[in-house]
Amino acid sequence: MGDNYVISEIEKDHILFLLEQNKRSDNRELNQIREVNIETHYVGKAEGSAVVTLGDTKLIVGVKAILGSPFPDTPNTGVITISAELSPLASPYFEIGPPSNAAIELARVTDRAIRESHCIDLSKLCIVPEKSVWILFIDFYILNDAGNLFDAATLGAIAALATAKIPKTKVGEDGVVEVLEEKEPLKIDHYPVSVTSYKVGKFNIFDANFKEERVSNSRLTFGFDEDDHIVSVQKGRQGVYTPEEIKKILRESLLVSKTLRKELMKALSKK
Amino acid sequence: MAGDGTVQLIDEKGKRVDGRDLDELRPLSIKIGVLKNADGSAEIRMGKNIIVAAVYGPRELHPKHRALPDRALIQCFYRMATFSVNDRKSPAPSRREKEISMILADSLSSVVLTEKYPRTAIDVYMQVLQADGGTRCASLIAASVALADAGVPMRGIVSSVAAGLINDKVALDLYDLEDQKGSGDMPLAYAPTLDEISLLQLDGIFTIDQFEESLDLAVKGAKEIFEIQKNALKQKYTDIRADVKEVPKAEAKEVPKAEAKEVPKAEAKEEPKA
Amino acid sequence: MSVIKVKNHEIVIPGDLLAEGNFKYGEGVIRKGNVYYSTLVGLFQDKGEFIQVKSLKGKYVPRPGDLVIGKIVEVGLTNWIVDVGAPYSAVLLANNATDKRFDPVKDDTRKIFDIGDIVLTKIASFDRTRDPSLLTNERGLGKLRGGRVIEIEAAHIPRVIGKKGTMINMVKRLTRTQIITGQNGRIWIHGKKPEDEIKAIESITKIELEAHTQGLTDRIREMLSNGQTENEK
Repeated sequence: MGDNYVISEIEKDHILFLLEQNKRSDNRELNQIREVNIETHYVGKAEGSAVVTLGDTKLIVGVKAILGSPFPDTPNTGVITISAELSPLASPYFEIGPPSNAAIELARVTDRAIRESHCIDLSKLCIVPEKSVWILFIDFYILNDAGNLFDAATLGAIAALATAKIPKTKVGEDGVVEVLEEKEPLKIDHYPVSVTSYKVGKFNIFDANFKEERVSNSRLTFGFDEDDHIVSVQKGRQGVYTPEEIKKILRESLLVSKTLRKELMKALSKK
Repeated sequence: MAGDGTVQLIDEKGKRVDGRDLDELRPLSIKIGVLKNADGSAEIRMGKNIIVAAVYGPRELHPKHRALPDRALIQCFYRMATFSVNDRKSPAPSRREKEISMILADSLSSVVLTEKYPRTAIDVYMQVLQADGGTRCASLIAASVALADAGVPMRGIVSSVAAGLINDKVALDLYDLEDQKGSGDMPLAYAPTLDEISLLQLDGIFTIDQFEESLDLAVKGAKEIFEIQKNALKQKYTDIRADVKEVPKAEAKEVPKAEAKEVPKAEAKEEPKA
Repeated sequence: MSVIKVKNHEIVIPGDLLAEGNFKYGEGVIRKGNVYYSTLVGLFQDKGEFIQVKSLKGKYVPRPGDLVIGKIVEVGLTNWIVDVGAPYSAVLLANNATDKRFDPVKDDTRKIFDIGDIVLTKIASFDRTRDPSLLTNERGLGKLRGGRVIEIEAAHIPRVIGKKGTMINMVKRLTRTQIITGQNGRIWIHGKKPEDEIKAIESITKIELEAHTQGLTDRIREMLSNGQTENEK
């Protein structure tokens, strides 16, 4: 994401210079997140949707439910599938074409937090075992990349799922599934959030902005559920961490997760 | 047009299913400058359509061999989000999206002063977040103001709306249901200050009279929409002015008289150097 | 008969009818017969027989002689590709970089400028057919070290500089910083203390945001002399 952007030496030096004094270029604390805004029910044609802004980062998530067949090895469970598009609309550094590796990583890391937290009971998406289940398509469109797409994406996914309504169904005697007009809310059992930090020099910063991401060589994403379980981890880029560093970042990330979840729950309580 | 004209789309009082008169537009709002990274951007809501347009450029064109030696190339990318329609749309670009992208680029190219930026690209991205009929027109309305917001020089602003046939009557700005059950649809792009039509398509069956009536109605609709585009563009700057408390008169005369004289002749497009 | 149809300093949009008759005109204006139209969103300026529309936004277009701040984005054996924030990337040939003659066999371009370096440079040539070429072998030009670089709309640079440099000199004096303004909208600010740099950046941001309003010099002076910065939203 933005890999063909050349960050200037002056900007690099400046970001480091500020960090030495415990400061950031946008006047934040090292573990302070930018202003979060989550707007749900954005797109009426989607079963669920959310627009998330994190500072200047902006993305939209839509959930679509389609009837389909289960995988043969899991005949009693529904399916979720997550995809992300880094549209060139969102950044001068995104290119048109099939999903980039960055888009695939973003979708997969978000997928892991959603799936492994068991936030949705997939067995409830099963209508007729082996025959008919709901497939939930969770699709992201990045509208403005100003850094930290990972955490914004997970917030959006959960907000869209938690406000999604899925049509009721009726199974006829012949086994044919009828989709009814009436809809019911999708039940969410857990509220995972993802917290990403970037290492710049010897400092770890949270909710990095675009330029801070460009200066960094190591990224660490933790997914937490509301019981402080770790549900997903992704270490990205070529930089490295010591085990002690990982443990320290874990503690800090957990604290940040509380702030993010508070914002999420605040947005969800509105509707 | 899928419709055969048999579905009742106009009631006995002459109102349409969504309560509009035949010559009435859907509610329309435009927000300028909604995306930080883009050089210019706009979000439009037209009925239930929600579309975001972003402009990048003029900028270098890759691959370079596509560059035009004497002007900028306007590239449009009209795309629908998977969740923008009732059934999930495949994420891959369809032939429809590609064709629409092309005709939108043609329409915008007619007003942009492309010769100012030879060999460059002006990229216009239009993402349909929710579709409710008439998305190409709504995209064009947003793209046109996004270009102006980006500071791209243009001869005028393109506006756009469709007229169509529902129950054999000419109606303005068809929405999804009318689009599907009606018997004809005619999207048009029109620049009111130039009196130029830069996009015209039609499907369905129209009599000559119906066609002419549709054309006139769409032009009238485009003029109304243009007023909203205009206000949206001016609003952004009027807001900043209103925020500033005192506005003393001093600086208006600061421009030295000599400066005006330095301008060579009427053809000079460059700003005089101070 | 020459008639101006728009009030001075009014905000106009592309296609707006500005005037009829015989006028000299500058940027943002096209003429069709005897009628003049705006091509930009901007401020209409009526200076007697001369009219123009000052754009509020837009890409920087290089002009020979412009002083610009560039970023090295590619290093070649005998040249650099420099991002100057224009629709065209600029080329700096090694022979135009320093006073010394460049020998591609012995000399290493990377030792002069490397990727990510910020350089103060001048547009040596540019026309419709060729990308801009740069030079840094004049006094005062070359790599900028330390400080910060910010980017604003190139169209607002004259406003930041002010009439005969009044605005920028005031900001420099009151914030105790060194400031170099590139005509491409990039500004380099170097202060002894980061707080001073931040103050300078805040004033420049304010100038840009309110570029099309009047009485700006006084407001900036007030903001800086009070020693406190206004709360921008």
